[in-house]
Formats: sequence, C-alpha cells, structure tokens
Amino acid sequence: MTGLREGEVLRVEDLHVRFYTYAGVVYAVSGVSFYVMESETIALVGETGCGKTVTTRAIARLVEPPGRIERGVALFRRRNGKVVDLLKIGDEELRQIRGDEIAYVFQDPTSALDPLYTIGFHIHETVKAHNSKTNKKDILKRAIKLLKEVAIPSPEARIKNYPHELSGGMRQRSVIAISLSNNPRLLIADEPTTNLDVTIQVQILELLKELQKAYKMSLILITHNMGIVAEMADRVYVMYAGKVVEEGLVEQVFYNPQHPYTKLLLRAVPNPLKKIEKLEYIPGTVPLLTNPPHGCRFHPRCPFVMDICRKEEPQLVGVEKGHGVACWLVTKK
Amino acid sequence: MSEGALLEVSNLKKYFSVRGSFTKKVRAVDGVAFCIRRGETLGVVGESGCGKTTLGKTVLRLLDPTSGRIVFNGVDVTRVRGARLREYWRNAQMVFQDPHTSLNPRMTIASTLLEPIRQYRLGVGDEEAFLVSQLELVGLTKELLYRYPHELSGGQKQRVAILRAIITRPKFVVLDEPTSSLDVSVQAQILDLLKDLQAKFNLTYMFISHDIAVIRYVSNRIAVMYLGKIVEIGLADKVFESPMHPYTQFLFSALPIPDPKLAKSKKKLLIPGEPPSPINPPPGCKFHPRCPHAVDICRRQEPQMIEVEKDHYASCWLHIKKQ
Repeated sequence: MTGLREGEVLRVEDLHVRFYTYAGVVYAVSGVSFYVMESETIALVGETGCGKTVTTRAIARLVEPPGRIERGVALFRRRNGKVVDLLKIGDEELRQIRGDEIAYVFQDPTSALDPLYTIGFHIHETVKAHNSKTNKKDILKRAIKLLKEVAIPSPEARIKNYPHELSGGMRQRSVIAISLSNNPRLLIADEPTTNLDVTIQVQILELLKELQKAYKMSLILITHNMGIVAEMADRVYVMYAGKVVEEGLVEQVFYNPQHPYTKLLLRAVPNPLKKIEKLEYIPGTVPLLTNPPHGCRFHPRCPFVMDICRKEEPQLVGVEKGHGVACWLVTKK
Repeated sequence: MSEGALLEVSNLKKYFSVRGSFTKKVRAVDGVAFCIRRGETLGVVGESGCGKTTLGKTVLRLLDPTSGRIVFNGVDVTRVRGARLREYWRNAQMVFQDPHTSLNPRMTIASTLLEPIRQYRLGVGDEEAFLVSQLELVGLTKELLYRYPHELSGGQKQRVAILRAIITRPKFVVLDEPTSSLDVSVQAQILDLLKDLQAKFNLTYMFISHDIAVIRYVSNRIAVMYLGKIVEIGLADKVFESPMHPYTQFLFSALPIPDPKLAKSKKKLLIPGEPPSPINPPPGCKFHPRCPHAVDICRRQEPQMIEVEKDHYASCWLHIKKQ
C-alpha cells in the first residue's frame, strides 16, 4: 500500500514490535494492521498484555529500548494534507506531529503529569512547543478556555494548581485538556477512565464525544471495558497475544461475533441490566509472548480447536463487509 | 433482631481524626444500619471515598467503631476483646482488594495457609495432605504449595487469598473489591468460584465493589453508599429495576452497557460535580448539593430511611413526602 484512501487519517500495516529482554525476545505485536477514518472512533480491546498499548505507542515511535519496531508502515495524513510514514520520517518532523497532530491520553493521570509544575504550565509547554511565537498571555487564556471545556470548575484558579491538589477525576480531565491544547487530528486514549468512578467516567466519555464532534477529531480508544466500547466506538479491533483476531463495526462484533475468543470475551462480561445466573469464562491464561504458541495463538484455550489450528496460522478473512476474522473455523467455511 | 439475620449493624459510625486538629473528623462511616441474612450476599456499591472499605473493616473489627452496635450470630461483638474477638474473627474473615499486597511476599503459600490453622489449633491431621485438598477447592494444584506469591499470577494469588479466608470455615466473609485488579476473563472465574464456595460452605458474603455490573451478578440484596451513609438498600432486583434514590438513579444511568444499540439509544443522566469532602459534609441530605430534585427541606433536615416497597428502603425526602 502506498497511499491513504479517501477519508483515512491513519493506516497501520503489518506492524511488528519486539522487546529484547533477558528472559528472551517478547513478540509483543506481530503483524497488526488497522485504519482510522476522519471523525471516527475505533476501539482496541483485549486482555492485559495483548499488545494494545504497545501498538498505539509504536505509531508515534514511543517504544523505548529494549523494545524495537521491527517492521511496518504507519501512514498518517497531516493537517496540510501531506501523507507521511510515521515510522520513517525524521525526528524533527515527528516532533512536530507528536503532541500537535497526534495526542495521547495515557492510562494513569498521576504519572502523566509532572508533580513539580502547575496545570497551566503543562498546557503552556505543550502549546509553546508547537507555536513558539504565541505569547504567554494568549496561551493562559487558551488554557483557561480548555479547562472550562473539560468541565473543571473555576479554571482561573485551577491553572495555578499542582497535580497533587486535584482529585483523580480532575487530573484526568486536565490531561485531556493538555492533549487537546493543539486541536489534534488524532487522539489516542489509553484506558482514559480505568481509575475513575462511574459517575466521573460518564462525564469524561461524554466530554470526549462532544469534543470529537466539535474538533472533527479521530479517536483511538484502548480499553478492556466492553460497555465503554459499545457506547463509544464505531469500529472495533479485538486483539489477542499481539495480533488482531477480529475486526468490524461495533454492531457486527457485538451481535455477530465470529472468533471464539471474541465470543468468550463478550460472555465473560457481566451486564448490569440483566440478571445472569452463570458467567462463562475463558479457560487458561494469556500465553507468554516470549514463546507464543504455534499456529493460531488462541488454540491452547480454544474450545473448538482443530488439527490445523496447531500447525498453521489463520489469516484475517472477510465474513461480511467490513467484518474480518482470523480463525480456521471461518476460513474453512 | 430480624429473622434469619447473621449480622446486624445499627447506627455504626467510624470517624478518623485529622492531623493537626482536635475538632475536625473524617466521617468515613456516619450512622449506618443494615442486616445480612444467613447465606445471602449483600452487595455494597458506591464511589471511591464513600466509606465502603471502612465499613467492611469496621464491621470485622479491624477498625474500632466510634459508636454503634454490631451483633453477629446473636452476640454483641462491638467491644469484645481477647479470646472472644479471636472467636469472632474465626467466623468472620476478609478478602482484600489487591492480592499482590495482601499476601506476605516472604511466606510460601503453604505457610500463609497454615497460619490460621495453627492460630486456631484446627485439628487437621496431616497438614500437607489437608492443604492439598484445600487447594483443590479453589482450583489450584499442589505444585503451588511451596512457591512464593511473586511466582503466582494475579488470579492464582487471589485464589490463595480466598482460601486463606475460608480455611477456618467462617460463616461470614467480607470481600473488598476481590476482582477489581483482575482481567475480565479471570474476574469471571473468581466470581464463579466465590459463588460455588458460598453454596458449598453456606457462606454469607458482604461484597464491596464499585463495579455495579459485578455487584448485580453476585448479590441478593444491595446497599448503595454515598458519603458515609447508606442511601438505598433492598433486594437486588428491586433496586436495579426501580432505583428510588436520585443518587442511585444517576449511578445506574452512568453505567456503560455492553450492547451497542442499547447504549447509543439510552439517555445519560450526568451528575454535576464530585462528592464533597467527608470532613465537612453538607447539612441535611448529603446529596442535596448535586441533586436536581433538591428542595428546601433537603438542605435543612436529614431524611430517615423508609420502606418504599417490601424489602426496599431509601432515605430521600421525595419518598418520605409521598407517604
């Protein structure tokens, strides 16, 4: 693939990331491909250690040693219309994109903020790094406006606060404000609400939806909460052991899941609206990625395992428009 | 004492002193009353800082109550000490939120599990054989006996923590967020294990969690806490189908529903703001500053708990006025 299709903001092809540790090579991401359209929300879901976070960090080359991006293409359409490969461009161009056109909201707001600086300084720094000509007064005005947008009460006072003076919900909202400070084209939110209470969670999610509409922003949401996926996402990528095992529209994946892993994952989630007698669960645990299983990586835990699953790896094939599955059960049909 | 109650708590309070002040107190638990019937699971939900963990610890006497009464199995245990307190603890145990910190990293699984057995001089005969049989109860194998906690996965550790709690065959177990540090599929395994153990040993649970979907799955009755108080309590099905307190309504409507069509059609109610500080709670109904239905009386007087329908109680002026 050489270019982006109409309306695409980001397209990742065949991404491989490995970590060279003392315990051996960890095959964290092995051949992940996905795309994001303008103003679209995609969700990456899967259990801990399936490579969701590493995948998104690799897009902006935030993988640090002993990790290495081995292979792959990450095409991104810049604000000026130019299409670049994020994995190949020079450091200066990458610096311009990071924090400006692609912004991150990291999982833990407490460690994402520097305890020695005020919230206002964080925003100032982010804006200044990309628009060196703006003066401090204008930036502070913008900071207050941003904090107001993320529903922080009395923002004029809050920009002078240090992170420890804010509650968890306010910290997370500040982190979102910082990431939005340059109107990014693409926002990557890694478990943005995991440490928060449901009433704060719903505020943050509604806020993200509103801001997305207002700024025509694309959103990559990483989560293991199926409820959040159902509410926020347009399309879903289900990941298992460093691979995408199923992709599709949120309705396709929830109402017509094809991969045994997706089916089991959906059945393991308690639904607050229904009285369930017995939850089902996936037997066994996630394999160590230093030595991933041969063939299909899910085969040791799969209730429908066949001979071929142990030997050969299934490829992602389309079952209906926009809905792809990597499973021999489907391929054989 | 109501019929069939194993544990009855009335007007329980637990205040913490604030450093540097004689008069300021954190009112973590501020006048809570409930009972738990034999063999049932009472789910306790609420946001962080509402006092649910403190409530669990105070009920178990891991913290000394400031005032109130705890009656367990017909015996007042509010102030018992020494041998009688140990007898209470033999019958009432706790599983903590994070198994990484609740297991001693310097003790093998075997010595962790033997501690309660030796402490209470339970005659078990061959200790090793007994432990192996017990490990099977929670789905673990004997290979783990002489391992240390860091060699186990999160799910395995939580199984050990559960086994340690039930090894003295208690009647009552407080489960404080037992699955919130685990992955969804492991969470499902642990929840099912807890249900199986409950049926097998006729256990009574107090299940504390902020995850309402989990509470719905495990509980017979649920209690909703806000700022140190229970605002609504009742049969799980009733509370979920017709929540009476405005706070409960907000809490339930905020839940993400794992069903895309439903989730996108459902209207969300947003509560403005965050819970106030328990050091200086608002007068009257504690929820009134965030409540859209607040009227004059809510700001002045605290509502009492009333029975809105059979086995369903709420403390809100909206319902008191109707009656």
